[in-house]
Amino acid sequence: MVPLSWYIILSAVVFSIGVIGFLTRRNLIMTFMSIELMLNSVNISFVAFSHYLQSMRGQIIVFFVIAVAAAETAIGLAIIIAYYKNNPTIKVDEINLLKG
Amino acid sequence: MEDIIYNQLDYSILSWTVFLPVIGAALLLFIRNVSAVRWTALLFTIANFFVALPLLKHFDKSTYKMQFVEKSEWIPSWGINYFIGIDGISILFIFLTAILSILSVLVSWKSIEKKVKEFHIAILTLEAGMLGVFVALDFFLFYLFWEAMLIPMFLLIGVWGGQNRVYAAIKFFLYTLAGSVLMLVGIVVLYFTSGGTLDILALSSMQYPFQLQCWLFLAFFAAFAVKVPMFPVHTWLPDAHTEAPTAGSVILAGVLIKMGAYGFLRFSMPMFPDATKFFLGPVLILSIIAIVYGALVCFAQKDFKRLIAYSSVSHMGFITLGLFALNTQGVEGGILQMLNHGIITGAMFLMIGIIYERTHTRVIADYGGFARLVPWFAGFFIILTFASIGLPGTNGFIGEFLIIFGAFKARMIFGVLAATGIILGAGYMLWLYQRVFFQDANPDYEASGRHPVSDLNMREVITLIPLFVLVFWIGFYPNTFLEYMHASVEHLIQQMNLTAVAGNENMIAKYITEIF
Amino acid sequence: MLKYTLIPLLPFLSFLINILFGRNFIKDRAHWIAVPAVVGSFLLAVSAFLDVAGGRDINVNIYSWIVSGSFNVSVGFLIDRLSAIMLIVVTSISTLIFIYSIGYMHGDGGYYRFFAYLSLFVFSMLILVMANNFLLMYFGWEAVGLCSYFLIGYWFHKKSAADAGKKAFIVNRFGDFGFGLGVILIFLTFGSMDYMQVFGEAGGIAGQTINLLGYDVNLITLICLLLFCGAVGKSAQVPLHVWLPDAMEGPTPVSALIHAATMVTAGVFMVARCNPLFNLSEVAMNTVAIVGGVTAIFAATIALVQTDIKRVIAYSTVSQLGYMFLALGVGAYSAAIFHLYTHAYFKALLFLGSGSVIHALHDEQNMQKMGGLKKYMPVTYWVFILATLSITGIPFFSGFFSKDEILWRAYLAGDLGKFLWFLGTLAALLTAFYSWRLIYLTFHGKFRGTHEQEEHLHESPPVITVPLMLLAVGAVAAGWVGIPPIFAEHGDKIGEFLAPVLGYPEGEGTHAQEYFVMGASIFVAVAGWIIAYTMYLKKTELPQKLGAAFQPVYKLLFNKYYIDELYSKTIVQPTLKASDKIILGFDTYIIEGIVNGIPNLIGAFSRKLRKIQTGLLSDYGLIMAIGALSIIGVWIFLR
Repeated sequence: MVPLSWYIILSAVVFSIGVIGFLTRRNLIMTFMSIELMLNSVNISFVAFSHYLQSMRGQIIVFFVIAVAAAETAIGLAIIIAYYKNNPTIKVDEINLLKG
Repeated sequence: MEDIIYNQLDYSILSWTVFLPVIGAALLLFIRNVSAVRWTALLFTIANFFVALPLLKHFDKSTYKMQFVEKSEWIPSWGINYFIGIDGISILFIFLTAILSILSVLVSWKSIEKKVKEFHIAILTLEAGMLGVFVALDFFLFYLFWEAMLIPMFLLIGVWGGQNRVYAAIKFFLYTLAGSVLMLVGIVVLYFTSGGTLDILALSSMQYPFQLQCWLFLAFFAAFAVKVPMFPVHTWLPDAHTEAPTAGSVILAGVLIKMGAYGFLRFSMPMFPDATKFFLGPVLILSIIAIVYGALVCFAQKDFKRLIAYSSVSHMGFITLGLFALNTQGVEGGILQMLNHGIITGAMFLMIGIIYERTHTRVIADYGGFARLVPWFAGFFIILTFASIGLPGTNGFIGEFLIIFGAFKARMIFGVLAATGIILGAGYMLWLYQRVFFQDANPDYEASGRHPVSDLNMREVITLIPLFVLVFWIGFYPNTFLEYMHASVEHLIQQMNLTAVAGNENMIAKYITEIF
Repeated sequence: MLKYTLIPLLPFLSFLINILFGRNFIKDRAHWIAVPAVVGSFLLAVSAFLDVAGGRDINVNIYSWIVSGSFNVSVGFLIDRLSAIMLIVVTSISTLIFIYSIGYMHGDGGYYRFFAYLSLFVFSMLILVMANNFLLMYFGWEAVGLCSYFLIGYWFHKKSAADAGKKAFIVNRFGDFGFGLGVILIFLTFGSMDYMQVFGEAGGIAGQTINLLGYDVNLITLICLLLFCGAVGKSAQVPLHVWLPDAMEGPTPVSALIHAATMVTAGVFMVARCNPLFNLSEVAMNTVAIVGGVTAIFAATIALVQTDIKRVIAYSTVSQLGYMFLALGVGAYSAAIFHLYTHAYFKALLFLGSGSVIHALHDEQNMQKMGGLKKYMPVTYWVFILATLSITGIPFFSGFFSKDEILWRAYLAGDLGKFLWFLGTLAALLTAFYSWRLIYLTFHGKFRGTHEQEEHLHESPPVITVPLMLLAVGAVAAGWVGIPPIFAEHGDKIGEFLAPVLGYPEGEGTHAQEYFVMGASIFVAVAGWIIAYTMYLKKTELPQKLGAAFQPVYKLLFNKYYIDELYSKTIVQPTLKASDKIILGFDTYIIEGIVNGIPNLIGAFSRKLRKIQTGLLSDYGLIMAIGALSIIGVWIFLR
């Protein structure tokens, strides 16, 4: 039986990779993937706690997260493609349309 | 609730009156043809007038109670009802709104060429909003109409206005919104104080602690003073008037700015009688300042429409003065003058719109000698000029006289000061008339050869006639109109006097020390 | 009742028809509607006069006009002996002037408009006279002012005319300001506007005071003074006389009807009407008398040196109105009304005569460019002479009886009265002088105009001269209804007729005194005549020399004491300047400054704040991460 702490550590590690990736990668797709990583790390801890607490709530939320992530990916990728068609770049540094 | 008389007619007349324009607006969405749009809008505004007409016949003048009441639950969990009705104070405004809406459509027949459909939708929704404000007896409903009315007006100014229209529209919107938000806070406070009712009549019959009254009075005052507009929050009016299309100016001057004064009558006075008396001095002084100040500014104006807009500030000063004189003559004069100002200034803006279509200038210096070029126009305008300065025989006299009488009765000095406004009024209006219509035609204008000026045509005469009939009707036989308000005004005055537990000066002085 | 209602209604109908259809249909036929209407009014007025003389006063309410709470005013008519006389004066003179205007205004572009306004005027004046309450009188009062505005500015393309109309209206508004407040105060005091009720209760109010700005003021005095403000404006008394001379910009029939015979006497009528109130206040009476006396002499001095024929007559009107107020002030109400009545005829005659002259000279009004017209226009000349004899107070002409009555009553009225009598007699000297000066400059000597004018000189057509002759009959004989008892027992018919309304002035002097007063006025009338005769017929170089010798005085008089300039500097200019510089400045810079300042401030702040938004995803990510970490940190450490 794998103890709960291992799952949490795994989740934390994956989350940190996601954060670092999000902050350091310059490619929009990669940034996007990093967000997915973070979401999935959270899923891991949800499922782990769900099992540990013998409660179904965590798993329900995981499904929500997956659904949201799917929607987000679909829309996000669509936006990226639309953007790419107008400005042929997906480097995060060069995208600052919302600059105040 | 014994203070209401339910609608006795076999159809819900007020709901029809208020929502018929909405139906019209919805119908317009499906019409493509421009002239069909105009005709439909005209048809609906006229129909609206005739739908409302039975109100006059079936109205019981002998009672102050709300009549033609319709009440049904709307959002019961919050205590919100669909609750409408009219009394002697609001009934006349229903008709003022209905008439001015018809005329607004008529006067826009030629002058509005772009986005005709949207324009008429805006006019119709605006009409519904204004009517709604006058009939609403539930605060939620009232606030809904109050704010809903802003949007079409904002669009009218912002889309169909003059050169500086966006600035004017935003200024108008923010100014009024700033006031309204304070009122919203006031409404929420009332809701909680009363233990969860938004019924205006119920709220009016309650008594509130003096301190609370003062705060609430100020909150409501903010909304209404901006709307009136009272000095010193009047500066949106000249901009809005100058930039608005003719129809917009007519409705703005005719109905919209009356809402503020109506608010004082419907809410501030009956709900916060002690606070009203407490703040009486400052309000009266502001009114006097508005009268004199507004008149003086008129002397310096170079723009036709702006001048009339500032004269509105002066005239609205008279109205607030009358209302806050807190006696029968003052209040009745104030209400009548609200009607009169709607008629006179509405007609003036109509006429300025008509002449602007021909000359494309609003600068007074460009005019001159127009009495010879457009004699009928000049004749109509001189009547308005004299109505505006309160010549006996016109409606302006009756209103102004009653107001000055009321003010004089309340506090002599205010009556005297207000009367100076009449001298100034004669000064700037006659000077305006001279510059526009008398003397020789402006050589620059004639030389430029642009726009030959033609006299009024049939459509324009028809547009103007109803208002001129009213000018003389009220001037010679005002009782037709005064009769409607007697009972309601008497009741209002009684309410003011009855609930004045703090009527004596000592009590008020004690409260003052409590507050500060 | 219909009969009496029709008196004002007929002219009103004529107005409506002419103003609505005149432009397109009636045009030059406007008089076919206006003249019958006013003649009808005249006949009805005569019939009403007979009814009243038969002892039946008419007091009817037609409908209630304004009802608001306790405030209730009706539209109603009161025809008693006073208003009956006024009705006759107004309608008879109107009739003659309407007929005269047919000839005088012939061919004018706005012919229909002219008759429409004149009709409206007659309507308003009749309402003013016939009203049975103060508010309806105020209606008529303002409405005649309106007509005056229209008619002065009748030739509106002339700047001077448009200015004069505006000036008349606004100056009158100053007076009406007081009048209106007086009316309000009357209602607040008596709870009614009805003459009968107010006058009936006036006695009970005497002595009551009212707190005004910290001073206790006698209520009746205050009311009377406020009412008198209106009279000062309407009847062009000092200091609100400035509009009347300018009002001569209007067509001459207008000057005759409105600015000589009827409208300007409304103030006199009003004070006479309110005599039960004025009688209760000595202060108010004295004010009236002094204002009247001062105006009489003040205007007469200006008239001495004016060169515009109509202006001379205008100042003469102001001066004669002064006499009427003098009479009112000493309590001789019937004398004032008597003078009003005779004055209406001879002054209308003077104006219409001058109109005839101006017409013949093609709109020349400067007397320096006239002269020798006697042989060209004999009818005009002779009626002018008759009117002048009357106004200067030569015995057995109308003016003699009425003016003498005023002076005699003043003489009897104590020390102040004696002083006023002296002023009045002095003014009579001046009157005689300037009236004859006018005759000599215009009709005698050599013609000083252009050749072209001289060739076209001609007597006016009958439509003009016949009304002149009829008025001349009035100018000579109108006064015969008021022969002093000293000459004929019950000679003062008008005084006795009016006594029930106006009372009969008490105070009897000896016959010697009366002969003295009369002798003095005859003496000055003849003296003035002789001086004018010497200066303008015999030694024609004398006026020039005198003018040069007394240069400052001459200039002061010629420029009308610089009153217009004074008002312009102290009232008009400051108002305009204040409005333009101070008020508009305040509006645009201070109020708008605040209004636009707040959004601008927010805008400036947000322009700084927006720099944080770099638009870079990684920056947002970093901030988010730091934020999340700090929240966790705070949570951990502060737990």
